[in-house]
Amino acid sequence: MNETTTFADSAGATARPRGNRPVLEVEKLRVEFPTRKGTLRAVDDISFHIDEGEVLGVVGESGAGKSMTGTAIIGLLEPPGRIAGGEVRLEGERIDNLPYEKMRRYRGARIGMVFQDPLTSLNPLYTVGFHLTETIRTHSDLSEKQARQRALDLLSEVGIPAPERRIDQYPHQFSGGMRQRVVVALALCANPRLIIADEPTTALDVSIQAQIIRLLQRLCREHGASVMLITHDMGVIAETADRVAVMYAGRIAEVGPVQEVVKNAQHPYTEGLMGAIPTIGGTHEDLVQIKGSMPRLTQIPSGCAFHPRCPKAFDRCRRERPELMPAGRSEAACWLHDPAEKGRRRGNG
Amino acid sequence: MIAFIVRRLLQSLVVMLVVALLAFSMFRFIGDPVNQMVGVDTTEEVRENLRERLGLNDPVSVQFGRFVVNAAQLDFGISYQHKKEVSNLLAERAPATLELAFLSAIFALIVGVPMGVYTGLHRDSWLSKVFLTVSLVGISLPTFLIGILMIFIFSVWLGWLPSFGRGEVVDLGFWSTGLLTVSGWQAAIMPSITLGLFQMTLIMRLVRAEMLEVLRTDYVKFARARGLPNRAVHFGHALKNTLVPVITITGLQLGSIIAFAIITETVFQWPGMGLMFLQAIQTVDIPIMAAYLILIAFIFVVINLIVDILYYVVDPRLRIDRATAAGH
Ligand SMILES: Nc1ncnc2c1ncn2[C@@H]1O[C@H](COP(=O)(O)OP(=O)(O)OP(=O)(O)O)[C@@H](O)[C@H]1O
Ligand code: SF4
Ligand SMILES: [Mg+2]
Repeated sequence: MNETTTFADSAGATARPRGNRPVLEVEKLRVEFPTRKGTLRAVDDISFHIDEGEVLGVVGESGAGKSMTGTAIIGLLEPPGRIAGGEVRLEGERIDNLPYEKMRRYRGARIGMVFQDPLTSLNPLYTVGFHLTETIRTHSDLSEKQARQRALDLLSEVGIPAPERRIDQYPHQFSGGMRQRVVVALALCANPRLIIADEPTTALDVSIQAQIIRLLQRLCREHGASVMLITHDMGVIAETADRVAVMYAGRIAEVGPVQEVVKNAQHPYTEGLMGAIPTIGGTHEDLVQIKGSMPRLTQIPSGCAFHPRCPKAFDRCRRERPELMPAGRSEAACWLHDPAEKGRRRGNG
Repeated sequence: MIAFIVRRLLQSLVVMLVVALLAFSMFRFIGDPVNQMVGVDTTEEVRENLRERLGLNDPVSVQFGRFVVNAAQLDFGISYQHKKEVSNLLAERAPATLELAFLSAIFALIVGVPMGVYTGLHRDSWLSKVFLTVSLVGISLPTFLIGILMIFIFSVWLGWLPSFGRGEVVDLGFWSTGLLTVSGWQAAIMPSITLGLFQMTLIMRLVRAEMLEVLRTDYVKFARARGLPNRAVHFGHALKNTLVPVITITGLQLGSIIAFAIITETVFQWPGMGLMFLQAIQTVDIPIMAAYLILIAFIFVVINLIVDILYYVVDPRLRIDRATAAGH
């Protein structure tokens, strides 16, 4: 017991009620890919924060830049992709410009990441126990034996039956759900303050998705980790997240408390995404679908990138790009919420 | 599994029979064996006797059958030139060739794997570009040219290494080795490098390609996300996953190394089976040619068989995992 206190302590100490101190602050983050046809901007000046103990859901269509944002935060963009501007701060410390070795030590220990596919996140040549002990020993000075004990504890914590037997088995001897539990244990084994979970259940059977999400939520709460939860599943978001950021074409379209965004969307894109466009007599299909598709990075429209698909677009949308502005209890990047615009419309109407 | 092995064994058998037929037909079509064995002034009667004794008057199918049965018992007849059992001659020469092939394979692995890892990890460094360019040269220059160049530089010009032969050889009774003497090692350096150069570049390119592929997999990304040091990621997780194909290919290449030894052995006058084969061609010593042909084919077939079976055992899980891990 004594041996594991290093970890247990920090876990206990951080499981305090949610504070307002942000764990993660992202400011005007920009991610670019130089290509032969010019520079592509996958993430374009986005800003958001995640508070202590908070779960921030990130949603958006495929290619919106969700994974890019997560990868940039943890410092694992693959060259030639690079952070071209902005700042990322973890508990107040700037981490986007750290030397590789220093950032490497933070990964796993202060920021963890869970990927979408548990089948491929584990090296087929190593046992589950090897994965765990190697990670634990990277971030602590526990002995091989202590690390193994800690690994066993973690395995039972993530709900793997008979850990003593399972620890020496290879990934292919585990089911998808069990593997994802191992992956969660791996991401949490050095008690990071922030977990970036990139579609952690997409590859899993529907029947076990809820279990894994609940496990992730419970463990993060117990370990005092905040979560950036990237997903396509609004059900998961509604159930798990405290706040939601909706991404579109490399930018945040709307961000706000989860109930607000789901029930009272402020951005036309979110409305479409939530299937809440009030069209009288419209079929169900009309409600959910937004016409057209997200633009490719090579041809982002001028002004508001959503304007070609937006049912409420007007002149200004084509010329000027809206930044996030207060909208109801959320923030939305949409000119409809510009006070000047509101005044004009009221005047006109 | 059993059915698979049986099927592959049968296929191998067919291949060997075809090769045996080829080797056998050399006896029929390249000169009259009796002419090779007797003097010009031998009488027709003696010749006919000999012919009868050698079974050359039997039907072709019977002769072929006898040839196959004998070959299966390692009996390839008597060399015209050396007047000795061909199997004994080959056994005398085999250690030289096998040692050369072995050293070449080791050289190819020891140099090729690190170069492959380096070029895989540091894709854009200038050293990687040098390695890749040099490897192109290694692939495109013919073996004999490289051998002759090396002889010119290290034997003729610098005088560091012997230009021919096997150096001092120690006879262990069942095996004669050059690996126990300094001169033996000195003599082996250039032939091994010459023979192994092609495989080395092959291995380097293979390891590089595999590394690039494995480095893109999710488990390598996840290993990085867990904060593992580069050393653990590159060697523990990435390199280890490239070794299965590398070892397979090297194993497969062993067959061609032995076969290609002909050229290297000729350039360096290395007293192996290849050199003997070339000399046999010059003197139309058909039993040696036939035996060598069958032996090389046999080595190829056995290696391929082993590798196929290994694949069958290793493949289903590993290959599928790797394939899905690569696509994101
Ligand atoms: N290596 C690259 N070079 C150029 N563009 C890239 C590269 N990798 C990704 N992109 C682009 O960056 C954009 C953002 O990709 P990202 O993976 O972040 O999307 P996502 O929101 O996570 O989508 P999904 O839901 O499909 O995971 C996409 O348009 C993608 O085409
Ligand atoms: S800014 Fe204009 S185009 Fe963009 S979402 Fe708002 S109304 Fe639609
Ligand atoms: Mg993604």
